[in-house]
Amino acid sequence: MHFNLRSAYAIYRREMARAFRTAFQSILSPVLTTSLYFVVFGSVIGARMEPVGGVPYGAFIIPGLLMLTLLGETTSNASFGIYMPRFTGTIYELLSAPVGVAETLTGFVGAAATKGLILAAIILGTATFFVDYQIAHPLLAALYIMLVASSFALFGFILGIWADSFEKLGIIPMLILTPLTFLGGTFYSIRDLPAPWDAVALANPIAFLVSGLRYSFYGVSDVPIAVSLGLTLGFLTVCVIIISVIFRTGWRLRE
Amino acid sequence: MSETILSIRGLTKTYRGGTRALDSVDLDIRKGEIFALLGPNGAGKTTLIGAVCGLVRPTGGTITAFGQDLAKDWRRARARIGLVPQELATDMFETVWRAVAYSQGLFGKPSDPARLEEILKSLSLWDKKDAQIRALSGGMKRRVLIAKALAHEPELLFLDEPTAGVDVELRKDMWEQIGALKQRGVTIILTTHYIEEAEEMADRVGIIQRGRIRMVDEKRAMMERLGTTEAVIDLAAPLDAIPEALAGFALELSGGGTRLTYRGGNGQGKGRAQVAELTQVLTRAGIGFTSLDIHDSSLEDIFVGLLGKHEEAA
Repeated sequence: MHFNLRSAYAIYRREMARAFRTAFQSILSPVLTTSLYFVVFGSVIGARMEPVGGVPYGAFIIPGLLMLTLLGETTSNASFGIYMPRFTGTIYELLSAPVGVAETLTGFVGAAATKGLILAAIILGTATFFVDYQIAHPLLAALYIMLVASSFALFGFILGIWADSFEKLGIIPMLILTPLTFLGGTFYSIRDLPAPWDAVALANPIAFLVSGLRYSFYGVSDVPIAVSLGLTLGFLTVCVIIISVIFRTGWRLRE
Repeated sequence: MSETILSIRGLTKTYRGGTRALDSVDLDIRKGEIFALLGPNGAGKTTLIGAVCGLVRPTGGTITAFGQDLAKDWRRARARIGLVPQELATDMFETVWRAVAYSQGLFGKPSDPARLEEILKSLSLWDKKDAQIRALSGGMKRRVLIAKALAHEPELLFLDEPTAGVDVELRKDMWEQIGALKQRGVTIILTTHYIEEAEEMADRVGIIQRGRIRMVDEKRAMMERLGTTEAVIDLAAPLDAIPEALAGFALELSGGGTRLTYRGGNGQGKGRAQVAELTQVLTRAGIGFTSLDIHDSSLEDIFVGLLGKHEEAA
């Protein structure tokens, strides 16, 4: 298979430059929002809460909040990254270049995932000002964050190709991802839910992601880490397959 | 005959909804030429360019560029093709330099600041290299698009309406730029609404209408073959009918017998010679005239006439 590294890097660099150009919106804004969560739920309310699974409440919510920001931002970034060229017509250049699905994904999704990682690092750094925490499996946490960021960047890429209006672009992150993350155990352990809601909660795939990241932080989880990893990898694979089909058929890209 | 750089055979594009934008188009482009594709709005010009450049998925037919089938060897072929689109589509918040450098990288070329500098200087964009594209005038933005298309040094360049919305001075400047590209060996295919542009620059002209190529020929040959001369002669006194002595000329009497109109000849000067002869015959016959206006048909006249003929046939 042919892969043009220079093309992929050109896309990656441009997307990263775009992020830094809009640093307030893409980096500072989510960091500020997450910091407020830490202040309110971590420091103020958290101080009055019982530890969850042996983890102080302020520290317990870190993986969930991180996931909340990561999913929203990575999805939005990647969807915006491909939607805007479609909207403005600049996609002509990408489509007329000797660039295939591999270079395009490496560039767009790689940049979205990188932005996700930078965001995660800043959020974790910020969290240290409000909450005491230690990461039990830092390597696993980094890998897992990368995996989730890549998966949702791919998902965002699909959204950006599917959307034919700015409204549609925002619908999925706002109306589906954010509520599912809130209900996926960001602020509580789904084990603490009364029956049958604990079982219902497991129908929410985001619960597995939050649980997986929490395991990498504190060694405690609602579902086995292997299940979380498997689900994330499965989601990533499905997204890659969908994008490959989109490129092969030219759906919403080529007339 | 020079080498064929692009060969299109039976190219067809039917859009969802049934609109047939291209209908079995056959076209060969020769290396090093400037080929002007003329046609009214909706004739299929942009679709044809889009099909070659990868923006449109053809419904049928084959495209061979540089001897490679575009459907199979699209990577190698596209690396040698450049496109300047009709719309001013570029990242308006990006600087000129970064936008052009991006294009160079996107097409797989190593970073070459010297080459970028050369391109920007040749397009009079050098002093704007750090400016955001949104701050530039329309003409400058179009130059940026040309710079972006040239960044990977294409051998075949498509210019879709390159001077649309550009003022006369800048248009002439663009013609010079395009001429300079040709001198460097770049093959150029341009679509335009300004027939004057094709007349000025093109080596060959293709006329497309309703998705079908109506005619392809050398510009000069087309003008010679289809060109005519029109002469309007205002008479000093009205005539009742065209006199016998003028029977050998293609004349029409109008304006209450005060105006003779000649239409005939070819694009090689035959018409003008006949008009000269006509004036001598008029003088010999004692028919006085007060004014004479001669006009050779332009490419535009030929284009309009040809399209009208096909419209009538359809």
